Amino acid sequence: MRKVGIIGVGQSVFGVRNDVTIQELAWEAVKEALEDAGLTQKDIEISIVGSAGTRTYELYPAVPVNEYSGFSEKGPLRVEAACATGSAALAVAYNMVASGFVDIALAIGVEKMNEVDTATSLAVGGRGGGNYLWEYHFYGTTFPPAYYALYATAHMAKFGTTEEQLALVRVKNQKYAARNPKAQFQFEVTVEDVLKSRPITWPLKLYDCSAITDGAAAAIVASEDAIRKLHIDTPVWIEAIGYASDTSNITRREDYVSLKATKIAAQMAYKKAGIEPKDVEVAEVHDCFTIAEIMAYEDLGFVEKGRGGGKFIEEGQSDIGGKVAVNLSGGLLGKGHPLGGLRAWR
Amino acid sequence: MVMSLEARYEEFWRQSIKQLNEVVKATGLPIAPDEKGQYSLWYDVREMRLRFSISVERIKRFFEGLREGKVYATRCRRCGRYYFPPQADCPYCKASDMDWVEVSGEGELLTYTVINTKPLTYSHYPDYVVAIARMREGFNVLAWLRVDDPKRVRVGMRVRLQVVRREPEGYLTYEFVPVEQ
Repeated sequence: MRKVGIIGVGQSVFGVRNDVTIQELAWEAVKEALEDAGLTQKDIEISIVGSAGTRTYELYPAVPVNEYSGFSEKGPLRVEAACATGSAALAVAYNMVASGFVDIALAIGVEKMNEVDTATSLAVGGRGGGNYLWEYHFYGTTFPPAYYALYATAHMAKFGTTEEQLALVRVKNQKYAARNPKAQFQFEVTVEDVLKSRPITWPLKLYDCSAITDGAAAAIVASEDAIRKLHIDTPVWIEAIGYASDTSNITRREDYVSLKATKIAAQMAYKKAGIEPKDVEVAEVHDCFTIAEIMAYEDLGFVEKGRGGGKFIEEGQSDIGGKVAVNLSGGLLGKGHPLGGLRAWR
Repeated sequence: MVMSLEARYEEFWRQSIKQLNEVVKATGLPIAPDEKGQYSLWYDVREMRLRFSISVERIKRFFEGLREGKVYATRCRRCGRYYFPPQADCPYCKASDMDWVEVSGEGELLTYTVINTKPLTYSHYPDYVVAIARMREGFNVLAWLRVDDPKRVRVGMRVRLQVVRREPEGYLTYEFVPVEQ
């Protein structure tokens, strides 16, 4: 496998983007990435388009997005991995370069989620994660809020994690989202605000949840040789990627206090990179819900299982000055959660 | 009495289409401002409704079971693995050699949530409790937990699975009820 570096990144403003189509939204990110890398369309050999889709009028968005950005003949290869779609696009682009298939690849993550009303969006979500017939169809398990709520209840029952501790995650992430000009929610909140927000699926309330967001991000990855030829001296080398998933039927998960997929993927990445959890100083983790960030602290090994919601969050161990600074971008909670939006370099 | 689901749906669509027609008639285009009055949107004139048909041919015994008031799982005759929801194939044995076994129905609540914000097709139900319980046989089942007061639900409580008719739709399904202790 060849060494691969990121040489350009771009990102659209996140939010309800009724001012643009999915093609225009993706182009905002692609344009920024090309300019960041100092490249033109002819330098890109293949584009990987991550989009979970279905909530936009272009049900097969990869080709329209590619054409609009000026890459008609290059790829595209569409990637879907639910809420990890953007990261999956990066993983594919990385492998395209690492394997020698191409020297320079572009990963685009784009999601337009507000072209259907919220009720329809929930109906799509119910068909987009978990097991449709046995969960959503029979029991109206909204995806993903109901699923993370099931984890939150179990975590609270087993470890004494409180709703106040969950709220602290949102408070921390809003502190940084407030300073991020591309975030959907550029304001701070208090624990009280979170606790008082309307119930979505107990114990999760509105502010425990990320939003329905339109957004796009793009990254250009290149081989070591290509990077040298381009005279780029500050690439961000990708040391390791870990990748895993778990069952679609939530009933077949081993427990409801941790995400096995996170643990497996983290171990893969730590092993390949030759580091340990204690070496990590800054992390961007999947905080689609407050409980998700608490479990991520534990499953990534920053703190032992069950302790993520206790003193760890209360003492600010996941904030600047603590053990590991998590989601300084504002996270999915503050920044917004377009399913395809690339997360790895948020 | 809640308005029937079909009527709610029809009303929802009828209103949207009526508004769209009025805009087209008045302006010659289906273009109108978004909810905040901020940006111009072209409202799709070609409607798409989705209603899927799902094959249950190979697990129809399960649904026959519901008619008999029973909940079935499948169990691989070769490796003994239980499958719930039931499935016809055991990928580990590469075999399709299943016994249909009635689920004991006795379980312990592992976790639950109360769905307050509901999808449109569930909006006619009061807030409902979705629970996962570990069955005596060792596998988990997800279903609604029938309780009067969600505040009395506790992780670890004993529950029993029973076949019920889901109203107002009228189809057979299964739910948990608390076991009095």
